[in-house]
Formats: sequence, structure tokens, C-alpha cells
Amino acid sequence: MTRLDGGLGRFWNQVVHNLFRWFGAIGQEFRAHRGRVLVIGIPMFWLGLFFLLPFLIVLKISLTSALFGQAPPYSPIFDLTQDSTLVLRLTWTNYAALLKDSLYLSAYLNSLLFASISTLVALLIGYPIAYGIARAPPLWRLLLLVGVILPFWTSSLLRTYAMIGILKANGLINQLLLGVGIIDAPLDLLYTNLAVYIGIVYNYLPFMILPLTANLMRMDFTLLEAAEDLGARPWRAFLRITLPLSLPGIIAGAMLVFIPAVGEFVIPDILGGPDAITIGRVLWTEFFNNRDWPLASAVAVAMLLLIVVPTLIFEYVENRQQRVEAKR
Amino acid sequence: MNRRPWALYSAMAFGYAFLYIPIVSVIVFSFNKSRLVTVWGGFSTEWYGRLFRNEQILAAAWRSFLIACSSATVAVVVGTAAGLTLARFGRFRGRGLLSLMNSAPLVMPEVMLGLSALLFFVSLQQVIGWPSRGMTTIAIAHITFSACYVTVIVRSRLTMMDDSLEEAAMDLGARPWKVFFVITLPLIAPALLAGWLLAFTLSLDDLVVASFTSGPGASTLPMLIYSKVKLGVTPEINALAALIMGLVMIVVTIAGVLLHRQQKAATR
Repeated sequence: MTRLDGGLGRFWNQVVHNLFRWFGAIGQEFRAHRGRVLVIGIPMFWLGLFFLLPFLIVLKISLTSALFGQAPPYSPIFDLTQDSTLVLRLTWTNYAALLKDSLYLSAYLNSLLFASISTLVALLIGYPIAYGIARAPPLWRLLLLVGVILPFWTSSLLRTYAMIGILKANGLINQLLLGVGIIDAPLDLLYTNLAVYIGIVYNYLPFMILPLTANLMRMDFTLLEAAEDLGARPWRAFLRITLPLSLPGIIAGAMLVFIPAVGEFVIPDILGGPDAITIGRVLWTEFFNNRDWPLASAVAVAMLLLIVVPTLIFEYVENRQQRVEAKR
Repeated sequence: MNRRPWALYSAMAFGYAFLYIPIVSVIVFSFNKSRLVTVWGGFSTEWYGRLFRNEQILAAAWRSFLIACSSATVAVVVGTAAGLTLARFGRFRGRGLLSLMNSAPLVMPEVMLGLSALLFFVSLQQVIGWPSRGMTTIAIAHITFSACYVTVIVRSRLTMMDDSLEEAAMDLGARPWKVFFVITLPLIAPALLAGWLLAFTLSLDDLVVASFTSGPGASTLPMLIYSKVKLGVTPEINALAALIMGLVMIVVTIAGVLLHRQQKAATR
């Protein structure tokens, strides 16, 4: 609990004063370049109102305590006490709960594990495809590319649903293995961690292949011929030339798979068992099942700090590096 | 290379099989007569017939379609304005903030976007009594994240494009608005179409954000599918999934052919 006093009046005075100055500056700018301000204003207004402000509200609610069975189900942050002073009530209990209960830490680690292993597998499956597309003759290249792009456009929920039919006890894989006689009893594939890995790789494989293909298509393959002429074995030429040159494509593809996979809810929820707990599932459960809005908000803030901020910093550094290299 | 790289070919064949076998199997079993989803019982279009008589599904599909159309249209307007700002307006105060607000939703888990949108709508309703949760709130939340994808497409199209035509028009005395509508807009039209389609499919596919921001009686098609999938695989959902996937693939192929032709004509 924090108490606001004395300096509060001066503080608000300052805020109002600055707001007026700010509006004045916008007005001046508007008179000078009306169209320009309007164009900038549209996305600024929309994202400011519907993206930035909501996040500040999440931050606020994460600092309140849950009031079950009331609307809204969280405590107000301002309170009027009996001697009519305004009291700001903030509580850290939600964040303390995140640190105390090992469920949240293990959900976070689980998410990272699911995402990183799936990214690696997607790279192993996707690289040969991207390489094959890049080296195919033009017509084949187009057809193969369309073959990757089409699943990219189809619904992730429906494709995850399609995976159930493959993995379940009397699904395609089990029928195939039973038919060939490799196994006597159906394997438990669905509702396991393995199913989650397969689902994530399956869903995000196009995200890995497309940037890799774009990168490999720009590569100068005469370098490989030169290496062969100089006596390098194909594998050595691949490891020393193709792989290093395609590193930017690998990084781009890996980011596109890893980032959405960490916060994924649908795939672990539909394909995974009850122990396939990811951070996305935890937030969903806190909100929909436990109806604990403040705790769900605290999970969201933790996700922002642990997932979104590192990603944005990584992307910023990566972009700057590319710009520096482009200038050279 | 004279030798045929068989290892590469088989790796590619495996990859494409992995991508397509689940989809093909859903489509095949949607024509299955038997109620047992994995045992073949003969050809039948029974489940499609049931689908078209199921009013709950039809209503949800229509709702999803309306939300996707309206949110894609607004997202293109907002995203084009943002793309134009970031690609053409140089430095101005607030550019960093706009750029951050545009890239953050792209890397943000859907559960976070959904939760923050819902808590915002609830707080707003307490203060001004609007909006009540339903199709409007879903559409607004969808616009917010799909506009960011449109921005990326429009922005990259504008940075690849030479701005000499626009400058020439300006030099000849055209007002900025005229330059935009007569020169820039036709040139970026393919990017706008691609952006609209992407925004449309993002909205049509979205389960998580819609689940958070929806109100009573406003279930979208993905929400309905999700609740049924949780209960198990049914032939009806197979038919629905096959129908949607088939439609999306046809539309995307047609749009791709159109864009490809247009691009060829432009480079000629």
C-alpha cells in the first residue's frame, strides 16, 4: 500500500500543463502539414488506444487482488478512506505467487523447451526442402513453393485438428505400424509431449522454409562448383560454404518458429496431455478456469518481460547489424 | 551436378508428405460413410449435408465471415497509413513509438493480446458504458493485430519501390493527396490485396483472441470448432475442416496467380 500526499497537487499541475503544451505542439504541426499529421495520426491513435492502453490496464490489474464473484473481479486501485484521502492500493501478491509456486517457473521452462527443440527439428526437416526448392528449375521451383505456401495460409486450428487423426490410438501412424507388424499394440502418441513437438513442427514448418528458401535462392551456387573443382567433397563444401552463407536465413526462420511457439496455446492444449503445461496454457487456465484476472495479468506481464522484450531487443540488434553490413 | 541427389529428394519427399498427409486424410475421411472416423465405410457426402443443415455452425460461420471482412478492411486502412508513415515520412517525433507499437503485436503471444484487449474493453465499459462484448469487440481486437501485419507488407513494398514517380508528380505541382491516390495507391495495390487476404485469414483462423474478447452468444467458427474438438473427432468437423481448407487453398491459389501475372506485366 502506498500513500500519496503533499506533492500530489503540484504533480498533477505539471501533468496538465505539459498535456496542454503537447496538444499545442500537435495543433501547430497540424496547421503546417494537415495531411501528414492525419496519416500519422490514424495508426498512432488506433494502436495507442487499442494496444498500448490495454497493456497499461493489464499492468494495473496485475497489481490488484482478485475479488471472486464480483464484477469486475478485482479490487479497485484507488480507495477513499473515511477522512476522504485518496489511497492507492497496490499489491505484489500476484508476482510473489508467480515466484513461490514452482508451477509457473516450470511452465515457462517447458515452453522454452518445446519451442527450442521444435525449432531445431523444423530446421532439420525444412533445410533440405528449402535447398531443393532453391536449386530446382523455375517451373518446379514455383510448384514446390506453392506447396509450402498453401499450408501456411490454412488455419492452424484445423491443421492441429488434422494431426489428431494421424496420432490417435487408431490413427494413421498406429494403423500403419500395426499393419506392417512393427508393433503389436497401438502406441500412445496423442496427448503426450511428443504429440506437442510434432504439432508445433507441423504447424510452423512453412515459417522455417520460406525465409530459408529466399536466402538460398540468392546464393551463388558457382561457389560450390569452384569448391568441387578444387577437390572439396560435397559435404565439406556444404559445411564450409552453403551453411555459413545461409546463416541469416536460418536465424530468420528460427525466430519465426521459436517466437510464436513459446506462447503457443492451441497446440499443447489440443495435442498435449495434462502435464504438457506451457505458459500460454497457464494464462488461459488462470483466466478462464480459475477466473483469477489479476494473476492472469501478472502472468501476462511476466511473459512481456521474459519473452517479448528479449525478442524485440534481439530483432533490433539483428536489424542494426544487417544495416551496418549492407552499408559496407 | 550430374549425379541425382537421392538423399535430398527423399528428404524433400518426407517433408512434403509430413505437410500434406494430415490435410489429405481429413479431406478423404470427410467423405467417409462410417461414423467411426478412421475406418473406411464407403463414399458418402452425408456429413456435408448435415453440415449445411446445422444452424449453429452456419450462424458461427457467417459471424466469422462478417468479422473477417470488416476487420480486414479497417486493418488495411490503418496498416497502409502506418506503412506509409514508416517508409516515407522520414524522422518525426513518435516514430520510435509507432515502430515499437507495430512490431510488438507481431512477437506477442496471442493469449497476451487477447487478455489485454478484454481487460481494456471491460474497463472501458465501466467508464463509458460501451462496448458490450460481442462481434464489435472481436473485430476491434482483430484489426489491432492484423493491421501490424499489413504494415509490414505495405512498408516493404514501399521501401522496395522507387519514389521517383511520386517525386516527379510533386515537382509537377500535384498535391500530396493526389499523388497518393493517383500514383502511390495503384503501385501498392498488390500489397494491399495481399495484406487484406492475410488480415482476412488471420481473423478467420483466430481462436485465442476471439475467445477472450467474445461475449455471450457470439461464438465464432474457430471457437465452435475448438469446443467440439475438445470432445473428440467427428465426421462433421472433418467435413467442415475439409471445406474451409479447400476454400482457402483455392482462393489463395487464384490470388497468387493474379498477383504473379500482375507482377510479370509490371516488369515487362
